[in-house]
Amino acid sequence: MATVTGQEVVDPGEYKIIGTRPVRHDGVDKVTGRAKYGADVQLAGMLHGKILRSPHAHAKILSIDTSKAVALPGVKAIVTSADFPILKDQSLDFGETQGNIRMLAENILANQKVLYKGHAILAIAATDQHIAEEALDLVDVKYEQLTPIFDVKEAMSKDAPVLHENLTTIFRVDRFGKGEDTGVKGNVAGLIQFKRGDLDEGFSKSDIVVEREFTTQTVHQGYIEPHTSTGQWSQDGHLTIWTSTQGSFVIRGATAAILGIPESMVKVIPMEIGGGFGGKTITYLDPLVAILSRKTGRPVKITMTRKEVFEGTGPTSGTYMRCKMGATKDGKITAGELYLAYEAGAFPGSPVGGGAMSGFGPYKIDNLQVDGYDVVVNKQKTAAYRAPGQPQAAFAVEPVIDELAEKLGMDPMDFRIINSVHEGDRAPSGVPHLKWGCEEVEQAMRDHPHYNEKLDGPNRGRGVAVGYRLNAGGSGSSATINVNSNGTINLITGSVDIGGTRTAVAMQAAEVLGISIDDVNPTVVDTDAVGWTGATGGSRIAFDTGRAAILASYQVITEMSERAALLWDVDPSDIVFEDGIFVSNKNTEDTMSFKELASKLMGTGGPVTCSSSDTQGGVGAQLAGHIVDVEVDPETGKVDLLKYTTFIDAGKAAHPSYVEGQMQGGALQGIGWALNEEYFFTEDGTMANASFLDYRMPTSLDLPMIDTVIIEVPNARHPFGLRGVGETVLIPPMAAIANAIHDAIGVRMDRLPMSPGAILEALRDNK
Amino acid sequence: MQEFEYVAPTSLEDAVKLMAEKGPKAKALAGGTDILIQLRGGRYQIDRLVDVKNIPELNQFSCSQSDGLTIGASVQNYKIYESSEVQRLYPAMVDCASLVGGIQVQGRATVGGNLCNAAPSGDTIPTLIAESAQALIAGPNGQRTVPVEEFCTGPGRNQLADGELLVSVNLPPVKPNYGAAFLRFIPRNEMDIAVANCGASVQLDESRQKIVSAKIAIGSVGPTVIYCIEASNSLAGADANEASIEAAAAAAQKAASPINDMRGTVEQRIHLVGVLTKRVLRIAISRAKGE
Ligand SMILES: Cc1cc2nc3c(=O)[nH]c(=O)nc-3n(C[C@H](O)[C@H](O)[C@H](O)COP(=O)(O)OP(=O)(O)OC[C@H]3O[C@@H](n4cnc5c(N)ncnc54)[C@H](O)[C@@H]3O)c2cc1C
Repeated sequence: MATVTGQEVVDPGEYKIIGTRPVRHDGVDKVTGRAKYGADVQLAGMLHGKILRSPHAHAKILSIDTSKAVALPGVKAIVTSADFPILKDQSLDFGETQGNIRMLAENILANQKVLYKGHAILAIAATDQHIAEEALDLVDVKYEQLTPIFDVKEAMSKDAPVLHENLTTIFRVDRFGKGEDTGVKGNVAGLIQFKRGDLDEGFSKSDIVVEREFTTQTVHQGYIEPHTSTGQWSQDGHLTIWTSTQGSFVIRGATAAILGIPESMVKVIPMEIGGGFGGKTITYLDPLVAILSRKTGRPVKITMTRKEVFEGTGPTSGTYMRCKMGATKDGKITAGELYLAYEAGAFPGSPVGGGAMSGFGPYKIDNLQVDGYDVVVNKQKTAAYRAPGQPQAAFAVEPVIDELAEKLGMDPMDFRIINSVHEGDRAPSGVPHLKWGCEEVEQAMRDHPHYNEKLDGPNRGRGVAVGYRLNAGGSGSSATINVNSNGTINLITGSVDIGGTRTAVAMQAAEVLGISIDDVNPTVVDTDAVGWTGATGGSRIAFDTGRAAILASYQVITEMSERAALLWDVDPSDIVFEDGIFVSNKNTEDTMSFKELASKLMGTGGPVTCSSSDTQGGVGAQLAGHIVDVEVDPETGKVDLLKYTTFIDAGKAAHPSYVEGQMQGGALQGIGWALNEEYFFTEDGTMANASFLDYRMPTSLDLPMIDTVIIEVPNARHPFGLRGVGETVLIPPMAAIANAIHDAIGVRMDRLPMSPGAILEALRDNK
Repeated sequence: MQEFEYVAPTSLEDAVKLMAEKGPKAKALAGGTDILIQLRGGRYQIDRLVDVKNIPELNQFSCSQSDGLTIGASVQNYKIYESSEVQRLYPAMVDCASLVGGIQVQGRATVGGNLCNAAPSGDTIPTLIAESAQALIAGPNGQRTVPVEEFCTGPGRNQLADGELLVSVNLPPVKPNYGAAFLRFIPRNEMDIAVANCGASVQLDESRQKIVSAKIAIGSVGPTVIYCIEASNSLAGADANEASIEAAAAAAQKAASPINDMRGTVEQRIHLVGVLTKRVLRIAISRAKGE
């Protein structure tokens, strides 16, 4: 186990490049403003689109009259759901979440019914965006309002108004399984259930039982760059789309399916991306700009406003959860029961499966039951958000763990270590673990100075929480390497670079090829220019696309060895490649560096270009843990963070700075989710705070330095031992902060956000 | 956003004329940190935007022990809190001017705009009331002066008639044994609209043990910033101690008439008025004592 703290690499390992901190390849263009984002796209004759959105949370569309809008000078075309071909229910994989193509289309443009305030109804293309905006006001839509339902518990009740007439509950025991249709109608789209052992027996063996209820609110990923897409439908039927997405091939597939055209007619050009966190794995705008372009013969661009991003894209679920756990006096957990009800928003597909898989993940529990309900309500259709569904479940489990430890008089980290999960133990879903760093992370936390130093002062407290995630990956990554005559390589992938993956993947190729990182030119290309590649999500790119690049690098070595053999007139099997040098076994004076050999390709058979793709998966199970110190102002209820330390088992940190960046970013998003972020809905389902002024994400003044400790327990499924690190980092913060608040003022916060108002109320009720 | 005309007059006379010509269809533009957002959001449909940043009278800025503080309506916040004279004589103005928005906003935003915008949460307004500021107004019929506590008439509404402009706010000279302070409560540490805010001033007697007079104003807890007359009067002649502070805070809470919204509940806001009033009075008294 190697530990990397801050800037200092304690054990650099045996690698030349893996584990170092080179400057990122896309850095200069990004900091100088030269990098091109979706909204930068400008094409000759381009039109601008705007979207009309529903003012009601639940209503039938009776009629749409666009005659006045069409008559406005400058308006060129209008698209409504009538322009989509009639779609059948058919599932489509978005990498992080699965979806149904008909429902996806109905979320993009409402068909007969609007299901949330902000639901798109039509889009208008005009010569500029102000005209398009004015034209929206001229559209006359007649509605028949229906009773909306917002609360997950109410939506589950028998007499609740129904969003989808034919929706029935699908029962699953496997997150990605097809499941069985129970035929029960209502708003419950799914129930996922994991069961093991005997709950009653487990609880009967326990000396202490804690049971608590929790609620959380809808929160948004809050990426800085709003969604934007530009489409151009050429006369020969080819559609080109410039878009902000985490997965260009996913957008290609979804757009083609919605438009009823072959994928091969669609080229998606992924622009640089200003954040996604899972929310840019699905399509909202691409089919609209496509149809508007087909109608007008001109390129069309739509860029959302921030308000539209909040009201019209996919946040993550609000929830109602119950957690009950029992333990013996000596600290062994005997049973656990977890009930999760997640709002899916307007269409099925909440991330409750993720919560069900992960909530009890950090603990070895022989008797458990997890029930996860996927419930539709009249809110925005949820989309993936960093470890989808898992932070909520941790907010239900980790405070119960804290309370058990408190009641048992045990140190909360010792309590976790007693119940730690090791190789061979089964995850809540039943899958057995390979070697992973659950206990290693917990021990590093318990032994860390932050955990052991004194915290003085009134109303101050310290909290800890851990989070488990099983990173799957394997949705497919392709890589092509072209060897240049000067010994550099062009590394071509289709993986949109969100967290520095160009460089993290390039480092893996460079390590294999024995060349410097500056000799790799990594580029992210469009869907016509590289093999199929799944979305940048599921913490999988450094791992999956890294593996594809490693495999392509091995091929390069094989081909180049053949060239060396030709030059030295030996058999290719006599060529050894070590430390970046080709050596002949027959005559050890025959040596050539990668660079030298690269300059001789033209005379030995021409260019070397190697492509590989990988779907093995196994990004790995992972534990992250956070320690936080807070101070609560008991008069105002405001929580200030004093100190924050995050821990993760990275397997192997290919580029430690990027791992640290993920750890800090995850903590910061979690801090916002914990303290202030929420969709504030008025009674009619209006999001009252659809701006960054009132949707309160943390600012730099709200954060202490977030320290990072990387633990490295290598992942057997990756040549360099990597685990994905993008998501587990967001699982512990809410629970850690709740536990710290309890330590500070003796109040157990069972709802998010733990805003000043909520804390004041809890203090009042506690009196 | 629909098309409108933009003009940037260089004299007060021209500005008033340009405003008066369009009546309610004209709006003044100072820093633009409220008006541009409101125009984009469709809150107003206007024909003309009158930039008031080039008018000499609106750029006056002077501060002295003898003449008090004059803040032209176009003077940006950063000029106020960076002035060493303001820091010395009117620290409560520094308290509020320095927490409006962030650095970028403070480079554009003005106290004049904050006052004219007449938001119940306007962060400089409670201090202006506590400091007994007067608003100087110019219009087609000449100039007039209004006490700041009478300037705002409702959320987003003020005293100004069509064609009228705010020229400056004028704070009287400070006397010995005088102190003022301002605090606001927001859930984060910057970039928020006040859940509640409070500005207060106290004039102590020579012994510095008794309060001669006081002014308390609270924001975000009613349709306009509220001048708490009873709470203020309760301190006249009172001892400068915790009991008086408690009583004044309780009176201020009675003056509050907040609503429930995404930024806070009625209960929370009334509670915060109590907390803030006490904290502000403690600072004001301590400043009056020269501590
Ligand atoms: C990011 C951000 C953060 C903010 N944070 C805060 C905050 O913390 N606290 C706070 O109180 N406010 C805040 N605001 C609101 C705003 O910055 C302040 O109200 C500011 O003081 C307005 O000043 P301005 O010069 O920009 O006004 P403008 O937007 O130029 O004008 C505001 C209004 O006053 C009118 N007006 C301006 N000058 C005159 C004049 N001379 N005569 C007549 N009418 C006039 C305008 O027509 C308009 O109606 C924030 C705004 C933003 C964008």
